[in-house]
Amino acid sequence: MALLKTEGLGIQFGGLKAVDEFNFEIDKNQLYGLIGPNGAGKTTVFNLLTGVYQPTSGQIIFDGKSLLKKSPTQITQMGIARTFQNIRLFKEMSVIDNVKVGLHYSQNYSLFSAICKLPQYFRGEEAIDEMARSLLRVFDLEQFAESKAKNLPYGKQRKLEIARALATSPKLLLLDEPAAGMNPTETAELMETIKIVREKFSIAILLIEHDMKLVMGICEKIAVLNFGTVLAFGTPEEIRNNPDVVTAYLGTEE
Amino acid sequence: MGFITQIMNGLSTGGMYALVAIGYTMVYGIAKMINFAHGEFIMVGAYIAYVFTTMLKMPIFVSVIASIIGCALLGVITEKVAYKPLRGSGSLSVLITAIGVSYLLQNLFLILFGSAARTFPTYMKSGTLNIFGIRITYISLLSLCLTLVCTGILLFFINKTRLGKAMRAVSEDRGAAELMGINVNNTISLTFAIGSGLGAIAGIIYGMSYSLINPYLGAMLGIKAFIAAVLGGIGNIQGAMVGGLIIGVAEAFTIAYISSTFSDAVVFGILIFILLVKPAGLFGKNVREKV
Amino acid sequence: MSMKKNELKNMLVSFIFSMVIYGVMMFMMSSGVIGTYWSGVLILACINIILASSLNLASGYLGQLTLGHAGFMSVGAYVAALTSLYLQMPLFVGLIFGAIVAAGVGLIIGIPTLRLKGDYLCIITLAFNEIIRIIMLNLDITNGAKGLMGIPPDTNFTIVFICVVLTIFIISSVVKSRFGRAIISIREDETASELTGIPTSKYKIMAFVISAFFAGLAGGLYAHYMGMLLPSIFDYNKSVEILVMVVLGGMGNIKGSIIAALLLTILPEYLRAFNDYRMLLYAVVLIAAMILKEKDLIPHIKEKFSKKKNEEVTE
Repeated sequence: MALLKTEGLGIQFGGLKAVDEFNFEIDKNQLYGLIGPNGAGKTTVFNLLTGVYQPTSGQIIFDGKSLLKKSPTQITQMGIARTFQNIRLFKEMSVIDNVKVGLHYSQNYSLFSAICKLPQYFRGEEAIDEMARSLLRVFDLEQFAESKAKNLPYGKQRKLEIARALATSPKLLLLDEPAAGMNPTETAELMETIKIVREKFSIAILLIEHDMKLVMGICEKIAVLNFGTVLAFGTPEEIRNNPDVVTAYLGTEE
Repeated sequence: MGFITQIMNGLSTGGMYALVAIGYTMVYGIAKMINFAHGEFIMVGAYIAYVFTTMLKMPIFVSVIASIIGCALLGVITEKVAYKPLRGSGSLSVLITAIGVSYLLQNLFLILFGSAARTFPTYMKSGTLNIFGIRITYISLLSLCLTLVCTGILLFFINKTRLGKAMRAVSEDRGAAELMGINVNNTISLTFAIGSGLGAIAGIIYGMSYSLINPYLGAMLGIKAFIAAVLGGIGNIQGAMVGGLIIGVAEAFTIAYISSTFSDAVVFGILIFILLVKPAGLFGKNVREKV
Repeated sequence: MSMKKNELKNMLVSFIFSMVIYGVMMFMMSSGVIGTYWSGVLILACINIILASSLNLASGYLGQLTLGHAGFMSVGAYVAALTSLYLQMPLFVGLIFGAIVAAGVGLIIGIPTLRLKGDYLCIITLAFNEIIRIIMLNLDITNGAKGLMGIPPDTNFTIVFICVVLTIFIISSVVKSRFGRAIISIREDETASELTGIPTSKYKIMAFVISAFFAGLAGGLYAHYMGMLLPSIFDYNKSVEILVMVVLGGMGNIKGSIIAALLLTILPEYLRAFNDYRMLLYAVVLIAAMILKEKDLIPHIKEKFSKKKNEEVTE
């Protein structure tokens, strides 16, 4: 059974159909890409999947449950985590605290035990600290644990955002242009990290990316979005040979 | 006929609120800040008119013009000195600064004129007009007419003139307006000048209606006018006018039919209701956050 | 292991530190170095510390601009006063009861209003503040505008000091816990916080209610120190005064709030001789402080006291 399945998903802003008849599914442990020209509705799809927008039509089934009418918080707790196109870290908080916010529900000590300094509190905090550090280690960020997030260089901020998303222990991770603003070496490095993340955490990943070569290189399947609808959906090979895609997207680029 | 008389009473105070609310709404629309000191500008306007007429024995016309120009200048200077350095910083610093300006003006006038109320000069003979059995004081009529005329002129100015267009552009998107060659600083100054000038008129109406003025008169008036602006949808001039009139009428009704002690509570109740039910106000549009 | 040790060590250090301050203060008061008048000022300063640090939770850490703290304070004050006047309960019962009722009012106000943001939240909390004041002005039990008289003046320095220590301890504990991180993340970026799985509405209300609880406690202490209550004490100017302490001390910085509350209570006493110009000066200082702070001309107390490194990370 698919981990995530959308049926006829759509949203209108005023009269404009930003996303229309979006049919898509992703299996467990898969790495999928979502591509398309600017304004095709890629980020809107992410916003629909994470409950930031409520769809005006269609259905989203995640892990056997409908996501309609669920709040972003509930959806995140159900197992979908995401990053943002324009990095949205908790800037004034330390790097490690950013990750610890994501680990909020990994422990369940009460407010009372925190105030009375009961053993549960210390046990919980130590566990959170350990988990946060091991996540930072995956992204090579441990030495910056105590720095403010806003003081990290751009590339590391993107990595921290992924670490924070992973801290919520998702089943599906949505990455919105994770390589934006990175140089080729950083990008290559990031893609390696993404592969490792998928192996290590055994989760499904859906990523929006502009760099075609990169998407073709690492994704198992790719959905091409144009004017809010799925133009093509298939393996990189199929996408490359799809005449519609070539004219609508690749053709204009070359 | 008591009912209609109450409506007329309400409309006349409401007209005064409306003039103040328009100033609030314009400044909020363009500078994106609650100018908490706006109420104090009204107090200053009333005092300037008082000084010119009672102390300097100037004709009414000169006093009114002096009051309007004085307030406009005060608005522009306040913006340049206190608010401009904080442009782009968090709303908290701006809010505290505005409260600071409000305290400053209140206490300055307290030192200059003392806390005792001063008698405002009589610009107009008090009397009532009787139209089909409805009694309206001349001052009420004047207040209402002035509000309508000012709103009309302002709407014309904003919608039909180049400067007005610049103001709308700055309110819509300051950065883009700047790139289009609009002088944002001048536009903001102009907004403060107009808003404060209208405040001066409201101050004079206040003086005429209540015939006593004190340094604290602006505080509650300012807050109520702000509520009127929120009620109408902040940034919306027609909305501010309608909001002001509604607040005035609601207050008059509470005083007439319930109790004067609850008139403030009703106004605040209206604010709470509108913010919970339709935060964008009666005429405002909802804005969605971009993710 | 080290974490627990560290935190317990810090707690012990803070405890010893506050005991030393208490001892010194008590010695100075009993030996007459600090006279009756200044002891009173000190008690008011301590009450302001409670008010400022509790508002800091809602405005500094949670980042919600509220102008209604005096409203919660007045609820606590009246409830505490009435508990002693009509039920003849001991002080601490009144204090706790007042704080709980204030927290309840905070919950009732918080649930609908915390959906609003920025200026709108500020103005709606101001409106609630005024409505609470008007209610106090019109109820029979609060004796309306004439106010409550003859409240047993039981608040002394020891009680106030214990309350200050407890307040600061509890608020810092909340801030340091997973709940505190969630609260701060809401201030930083509410949408990102939601999408990191934080139930933002719940924690906003939690912070707001805790904040109201301690405002109520401060109110109770105030009532039993002054011995009388008037609704006009708790108008929005009082709320502004508390907010100013939080802002000058630094948002999200309890130590800053403590220092600001002390300074802003004690300094004005020295200006009693220039009573007319006192508020004028206050206004000028307020405007100047905001502008200078924006221009980074005065070092933030926050940065000085905070242990977090602020230097740029380089590769």
